[in-house]
Amino acid sequence: MTFLQNYIYYIASFGLVLTGLYIIMVKKNLIKVILGISILETGVNVFLISLGYQENGTAPIFSRIGLSANRMTDPVPQALVLTAIVIGLAVLALALTLAIRAYRYFGTLNLMKIKDQKW
Amino acid sequence: MRTFIVILLLAVTCLGIYSVLVHIPFGTGPSETGTHYLANTRSDTGASNAVTAVVVGYRGFDTLGEVTVLFLTAMGVGAVLATLQNREKRSIEKASLILTAACRFLFPLTLLFGAYIFLHGHLTPGGGFQGGAVIASGFLLVYLGCHGRRISRPASKVFESAGGLLFVGIGLAGLYVGSRFFLSNFLPAGEFNTLLSAGIIPVIYIGVGIKVGAELTGIIDRMMEDT
Repeated sequence: MTFLQNYIYYIASFGLVLTGLYIIMVKKNLIKVILGISILETGVNVFLISLGYQENGTAPIFSRIGLSANRMTDPVPQALVLTAIVIGLAVLALALTLAIRAYRYFGTLNLMKIKDQKW
Repeated sequence: MRTFIVILLLAVTCLGIYSVLVHIPFGTGPSETGTHYLANTRSDTGASNAVTAVVVGYRGFDTLGEVTVLFLTAMGVGAVLATLQNREKRSIEKASLILTAACRFLFPLTLLFGAYIFLHGHLTPGGGFQGGAVIASGFLLVYLGCHGRRISRPASKVFESAGGLLFVGIGLAGLYVGSRFFLSNFLPAGEFNTLLSAGIIPVIYIGVGIKVGAELTGIIDRMMEDT
């Protein structure tokens, strides 16, 4: 039980990663595969954020006088995840655009029915 | 072959999960780098939000690359969708009264809130990227609610370029003034924890906010083009 309490963020993030991987590998619809990539990315982001967590820590913002630096969570993973979210958004937008294009060209979103694809 | 790749991927993932659970216990606090940043944020950058100090101050060049990636995406979306042939005619259902009324009422408030978020990036949670996303969501509301109204593309290009040029210009100005490196903080640090503090960080975040807002609105505009 204490394991569950201590590692709940890790468990949730790995659950999201595995869900995303499952969707990417099993689903045949192109839109669903793109959503799977997005879910996997969310899992990785949650994991990175939880790496910097400190017990009873505060957000890394010096908004009041009494806050001391050694009771704060790590700002580096948060900054990196901010970057990762923006890049993820860019990837999602471009992938959806290509999906629109592929649907117009092939007439289907089913990956198994797209003829020229080798797998 | 496909099964083999799937099993290999799962094995790699499980190895990663196992090594994390063993080597990094949860809740141990900042790394060495993080501790250094937290201890020196105030004297180095003057920003009270340490995350903003890392994103724009310590890793400003990285953020410039990030903005470039977003610009490339906007360009890619435009390039892929602009050459689209045989557009289909779609039937459009008119927006309901609630959406139409809410769009007129909420649009200016959303813009104001987005501007608030990117102006206060160095004081509160938030910053240029978040503020830009909020502004773009306001424009999305217009596309959904106020039927047929759309942005002017030249104006969006002007805002986007102005934001990007502000970022690069401030960075290049740092080469000639102050400590003479790209994106050096040459403006006065001001009083800690007030709006006019942290030197170039709020200026850069204003540029980033305008740029991200214009770019995401451009992507929305391209994707809604058919409707």
